[in-house]
Amino acid sequence: MSVFEGFRFRGVSSPVHRLDPRVKFLYVFVVFAVAIMFGELLPLLVLFFVPVPFVFLAGVQRQWLRSMRGASLFAIIIFATNFIFTYLSPGSIPGIEPPLDTASEYFLLLERSLAMTLRFIVLVESFSIFFLTTSPDRLSLALEQSRVPYELCFAFTTAVRFVPVLAEEAQTIMDAQRARGLELERGNFMKRVRNYIPILIPLIVNAIRRSLELAEAMESRAWGATEKRTNLYVLRMRRPDYGLIFASLFMLTFALYVRFSFPMPSIVALLSL
Amino acid sequence: MAVVEAKGLTYAYPGRTEASLQDVSLTVEEGEFALLTGPSGCGKTTLCRCFNGLIPHFYGGKLEGDLVVAGLSVADRPIRDLAQHVGLVFQNPENQLFALSVEKDVAFGLENLGVARGEIRKRVDWALEMTGIGDLRERTPHELSGGQQQRVAIASVLAMHPKVMVLDEPTSFLDPLGAQTIFSVIDGLNRRLGITVILVEHRLDLASQYADHVIVMDEGRVVLDGGPREIFSSEEARLIGVGIPKATMLYRFLEEQGIHSGTVPVNSKEASQLLREALVLDRG
Amino acid sequence: MIEVREVSFAYPNGVEALKGVSLAIQKGEFVAIMGQNGAGKTTLVKLFNGLLKPTTGEVLVDGVDTRKVSVANLAQKVGFVFQNPDHQLFCETVEEEVAFALRNFGLGKRTVQKRVKWALNLLDLEKYRQVSPFMLSGGERKRVALASVLAWDPEVIILDEPTIGQDYRQKERLQQFIVQMNAQGKTVVVVTHDIEFVAECTPRVMLMAQGNIIAEGDARKILTDQKLVTKASIVLPQVTQVFLGLMDLGLPGDVVNVQDARRALSDFLGVDS
Repeated sequence: MSVFEGFRFRGVSSPVHRLDPRVKFLYVFVVFAVAIMFGELLPLLVLFFVPVPFVFLAGVQRQWLRSMRGASLFAIIIFATNFIFTYLSPGSIPGIEPPLDTASEYFLLLERSLAMTLRFIVLVESFSIFFLTTSPDRLSLALEQSRVPYELCFAFTTAVRFVPVLAEEAQTIMDAQRARGLELERGNFMKRVRNYIPILIPLIVNAIRRSLELAEAMESRAWGATEKRTNLYVLRMRRPDYGLIFASLFMLTFALYVRFSFPMPSIVALLSL
Repeated sequence: MAVVEAKGLTYAYPGRTEASLQDVSLTVEEGEFALLTGPSGCGKTTLCRCFNGLIPHFYGGKLEGDLVVAGLSVADRPIRDLAQHVGLVFQNPENQLFALSVEKDVAFGLENLGVARGEIRKRVDWALEMTGIGDLRERTPHELSGGQQQRVAIASVLAMHPKVMVLDEPTSFLDPLGAQTIFSVIDGLNRRLGITVILVEHRLDLASQYADHVIVMDEGRVVLDGGPREIFSSEEARLIGVGIPKATMLYRFLEEQGIHSGTVPVNSKEASQLLREALVLDRG
Repeated sequence: MIEVREVSFAYPNGVEALKGVSLAIQKGEFVAIMGQNGAGKTTLVKLFNGLLKPTTGEVLVDGVDTRKVSVANLAQKVGFVFQNPDHQLFCETVEEEVAFALRNFGLGKRTVQKRVKWALNLLDLEKYRQVSPFMLSGGERKRVALASVLAWDPEVIILDEPTIGQDYRQKERLQQFIVQMNAQGKTVVVVTHDIEFVAECTPRVMLMAQGNIIAEGDARKILTDQKLVTKASIVLPQVTQVFLGLMDLGLPGDVVNVQDARRALSDFLGVDS
């Protein structure tokens, strides 16, 4: 569960938390685009380190590190795959010609694989920051104001609202069945799977019952009375939001300019290895 | 002026052969605090669902007889129209709160109705104040106690300015103090705002003192209908098996001893008073 | 039978539910653990069958430390009926449901059949033997849950809030049933905030508040003590409230239910009650 902690919203507040989710999403999108644009380590390193001060500003560094840790397994797989494939395929990367006989070729191979890995990490990093600093109701509000149909936004918020309730219920059901002698830790794989039936069935049945009660309550509060649903809250863009929009677009433009104007040197070359 | 009028209501849930309501007729006057009680399975929950149109519109089936609530015929109007005049508070506090903050939950009904934001804000603040939970406005429903959650549910219904508030065993999951708080909140709404209250309850010890009108059901029918004092002291009520308030049971004891006294007590204070008079008299 | 020695318990999220609790329940006793929601009652009884293990201190069931044996093992001695039967029910027939725990405990087919028949008869459920538990009413489901726990005839029976949602007659029947079980030598522990129910049964009462047992003793002593009742955030029984105002007339102060009241009044009036 700890890797998911790296994405769960915390109820604190900071300038980053107060940014409009739509603007934060634009930033994530730009990061995505820029990461795709470059295959070289240098720009990706920049992309990685730029949001780090904001992580600290938002006070979510511990959870963020946990999400990074969770991503590390995948990162290693990506690194290894890239390393092996590039090693085995001739001429795919300029400067690397098998058989590899110079040290610089090895360093280039290393750098290249690191770059591919970092691309993945940068994406995880920005999604993590997004979810860590955006409360589910702000997110839902952002969806609503982005013209997503209200039924979907409502389904999303209700799901988030009931996650802790369902988690508690699952625990209670497990306790109740264990109190009847059900042993969840023992037995071979098949037996263990079968042992979860007494947990799943009550969970599902209760979820259905709960949905029925919720539907009754919704109807009783005039659900669907009008197409033009209003809202208690409204998201308004303020100066920091415009600031982030500007910064994101600037980053995108600058990246495009760099990409198409001059070739990106590798760190190996820069350090003359 | 009658705000709820039922004549000959009969209803069976689709797929069931037995009718849950059989020829139910009753009247609730505007501003009344009506207490609806009876043994489990007597049809009180079914009747509640009729008041705001869940029966027949949500549950399906045919509702025979006539039911007019706040001037609207239940069979002919959709739930979303009826919901603006009749609010329904359910038994389980957790399953009637959807939003991630108390404020947003209280605003839910108004948002559905397309009320302007300024007005929503005003009504939400007012409803929170009326139910005494203003300081909980930013909290998540999950971190609240059962009693607090029920007050949020009441506030969300109250914000819609209903004429009638129906509460189906709202204190089932609450401890005695929590239950007492809910009853006093409901009583406050009834007396200060004139909202007609229909309360379904088993815990008559705590609830009977607030009621002006008691309706007892058994097996889908209305069997007793009148004032609390006459009903709770009646033999039929005892036979049906409703939880007669202890205070009233003491009155019956005195009657058995041949001591006839004034009014039938429905709360402990009245019973204390009654006993004092009776015992002092006896002594003297 | 059950001994709790200086037990403190904190949940993983840090909440201290029990602070230095000690108690002893003898074999064959009938005990009510009372207090408002959140006082720690359910946490305490979950220690009795090992669902929770103490953070500090120890819990002994029939002389055995609960930390040394599994829940399945303890469950054979200590039956736990949870508040919501829907957290347990998952089988296709009532028969299967009642047999579930018996099979978990490894009992032979013939024994299982015998015990199922016994339990169904005890709770008047024989007519529902082949019915799906999901088709039954709320009260009937509660009986099925109770039958499924009684089936293995545990020495101790714990009932968590058994009176919730029950009408007057159902509570009367429950009371009679508990008295019957107790008379047969079972140790019965009821966790409840239902004052009137406890006032009718008059068991030994342990009153809890904020993770501590603040008082214990005879029901008539505890439930008539205004100070204790206020401290535990519960209320006095109705009859007690009536008699509070009459103490100056010479009426006793330990009246908790209608039977007590009738007796006291009869004595006062000099008539046969």
